[in-house]
Amino acid sequence: MSTEILMPALSPTMEEGKLSKWLVKEGDIVKSGTILAEIETDKATMEFEAVDEGKIGQILVAEGTEGVKVNSPIATLLAEGEAPGAAPAKKAASAPKEAKSDAPPKENKDESHAAPKFAVPADPEVPEGTEMVMTTVRDALRDAMAEEMRRDELVFLMGEEVAEYQGAYKISQGLLEEFSARRVIDTPITEHGFTGLAVGAAFDGLKPIVEFMTWNFAMQAMDQIINSAAKTRYMSGGQMSCSIVFRGPNGAAARVAAQHSQDYAAWYASVPGMKVIAPYSAADAKGLLKAAIRDPNPVCFLENEILYGKSFPVPKLDDYVLPIGKARICRPGTDVTIVSYSITVGQALEAAEKLAEEGIEAEVIDLRTLRPLDMDTVLESVKKTNRIVTFEQAWPVCSIGSEVCSRVALEAFDYLDAPPTKVSGKDVPMPYAANLEKLALPTILDLVEAVKAVCYKA
Amino acid sequence: MPEAAKSNSESLKKLYHDMLLIRRFEERAGQLYGMGLIGGFCHLYIGQEAVVVGLMGAAKQGDQQITAYRDHGHMLAQGIDPKAVMAELTGRSTGLSRGKGGSMHMFSAEKKFYGGHGIVGAQVPIGTGLAFANQYRGSKAVSLTYFGDGAANQGQVYESFNMAELWKLPVIYVIENNHYAMGTSVARSSAVSDFSKRGSSFGIPGVNVDGMDVEAVQAAGAEAMEYCRSGKGPIILSMNTYRYRGHSMSDPAKYRSKEELTEYREKRDPIENFGKKLIERGLVNEQDLKQVDAEVKKVVVQAAEFATESPEPGVEELYTDIYA
Repeated sequence: MSTEILMPALSPTMEEGKLSKWLVKEGDIVKSGTILAEIETDKATMEFEAVDEGKIGQILVAEGTEGVKVNSPIATLLAEGEAPGAAPAKKAASAPKEAKSDAPPKENKDESHAAPKFAVPADPEVPEGTEMVMTTVRDALRDAMAEEMRRDELVFLMGEEVAEYQGAYKISQGLLEEFSARRVIDTPITEHGFTGLAVGAAFDGLKPIVEFMTWNFAMQAMDQIINSAAKTRYMSGGQMSCSIVFRGPNGAAARVAAQHSQDYAAWYASVPGMKVIAPYSAADAKGLLKAAIRDPNPVCFLENEILYGKSFPVPKLDDYVLPIGKARICRPGTDVTIVSYSITVGQALEAAEKLAEEGIEAEVIDLRTLRPLDMDTVLESVKKTNRIVTFEQAWPVCSIGSEVCSRVALEAFDYLDAPPTKVSGKDVPMPYAANLEKLALPTILDLVEAVKAVCYKA
Repeated sequence: MPEAAKSNSESLKKLYHDMLLIRRFEERAGQLYGMGLIGGFCHLYIGQEAVVVGLMGAAKQGDQQITAYRDHGHMLAQGIDPKAVMAELTGRSTGLSRGKGGSMHMFSAEKKFYGGHGIVGAQVPIGTGLAFANQYRGSKAVSLTYFGDGAANQGQVYESFNMAELWKLPVIYVIENNHYAMGTSVARSSAVSDFSKRGSSFGIPGVNVDGMDVEAVQAAGAEAMEYCRSGKGPIILSMNTYRYRGHSMSDPAKYRSKEELTEYREKRDPIENFGKKLIERGLVNEQDLKQVDAEVKKVVVQAAEFATESPEPGVEELYTDIYA
């Protein structure tokens, strides 16, 4: 029985092509690898090889023919000893079958196309009478890592100056002494390399914590964070896990100018497969870092250098772990919702106190996790206050605030009494000069004014 | 035949079989691509078969493999089901990644195959991390980290070399020098074209290997693995090899001469030459090799049928496997 030789597709987009030249004639014996013809695509002239062995029966498309459709027969191939008249058998190939979902048809929209919702539990109750210990964010982060390293032998810390120097910002103080150089590892200055190395270790089941001296330097490792860490579970059909925490200070410090002062929240929060956390208080830093280390997914943990030395009450509990993906209402209010994360939460709380003096009760929400974003908490608040102002240090274009405002406009439009409003850093690289730096960052006064504007009390 | 010789003869025949399986599989993949059943980018391994088959012939259970996007051969050599590989190429639910990875992104946790990476050079630090994990756990496994002459110019490769030697990680860097980084020859892209020397400023030893000779590859691989397993750190194997096809399916490979390709295909073909050797040594006859070809062809045809008849992934798969 003869088979058909079909016009091949020779590029990802080719639909038809020119059969420029036959390199075999009827009656020729061919084997796999024999070049049959030259075919011209829109990009190039390609050689077309035989896969099966046999004898060329009939040539069906003459050389020089243009516009030959992909998959149309161009010749027949005869098996050994077969006469040329034999009827060709169809190639054993079928177009992809339309996949069917097992889910029953839905009335309005097909829910199977919708992203699944995360069900996030509330914060665990802190038992009455628990001692609250004033702790710096710095120590809270260290305690979180130490507790998790004691708990799980697979957890290790790696980064520049994390071991002998005790951390460039002293976050890893004492860890080398307790866990030895096997688990607290000083790396060369080689972000791309050690990030990829840690991702490989995570693929193999270890649970690395990668410290970036600041997130600015993680730009060198962006490909490994996004393309390798975040996407591999999906690309492997769920076979590969990447339980890893990338952490370090994010956003503006003080007077370090453009290359050392940037908020990367929106960059990482836009990536499916990634979780992103940006805590404000020491208690949240501890509880969420512990959760991040235990999480089986890659987590970007965005700290803030200026917060490192600030103290907050932290519950004295053996194992204080907070849920990832849950915002916190830090100050209840009725007149306007202020949404923030990281260091600007503190400024938002100060602004709320000022506003209260003027008779405006602001509800301040600390997002804490930026992906998955807890929009339920935000929307519920907006439905009550009917006004929202977002507040962040990041650039205004495509920011976390942009995302929150757009979601509110889409999902709570009928509840709004004023346009969703953003207060952010200015749309400029961070300047060095003290006066310009101050102008580039959002202030409590900016927020107060924006709130008054949405309350029509300006 | 004494038992030892018999087992040796069987293992040599397996090398031949495995190389031929890759060759025939890739030819069939090329055909399915031509029929529009495989989409996107598809990079064939034809010509380079001896490299991965030789090294797998020297590897032990538990050793890890990682490579770039020219990855079909690496999976077949590890004994991953050709059906699952082909079905991934056609983007079907029965593929290794359930159709969500495609030709360039395939993995097998079970067989310790860590991809299948689409970004040139990115697999090198990851492979170094696999070796780090081996050392951390105190296991004797070795990471086989493959990359091409093109990737050898990426900065992260040297970042990895530095850490691997500094920490004496058990990783074999297999540089598959097929002479062309897409369309740019080694001569036009590399200041130093002897890739065995690429680790010299880090103190990593390198060995040049005839990558068209499966036995030479296997022998070099065995020595390199011994070196790594004894705790001496990383080693580079520079494999001199050649790809017969273009960089990907849509590359006509006009940047090299017909004579050059013919020289490799006619005189240095790893499968043809090894087959001849087996006959000369009296281990097989022509008929035996034909028999292997027939068996391999059957497996490949079945894989193609499976890959074209399996259904596409269900729409619910769009949102699965993003988070654990």
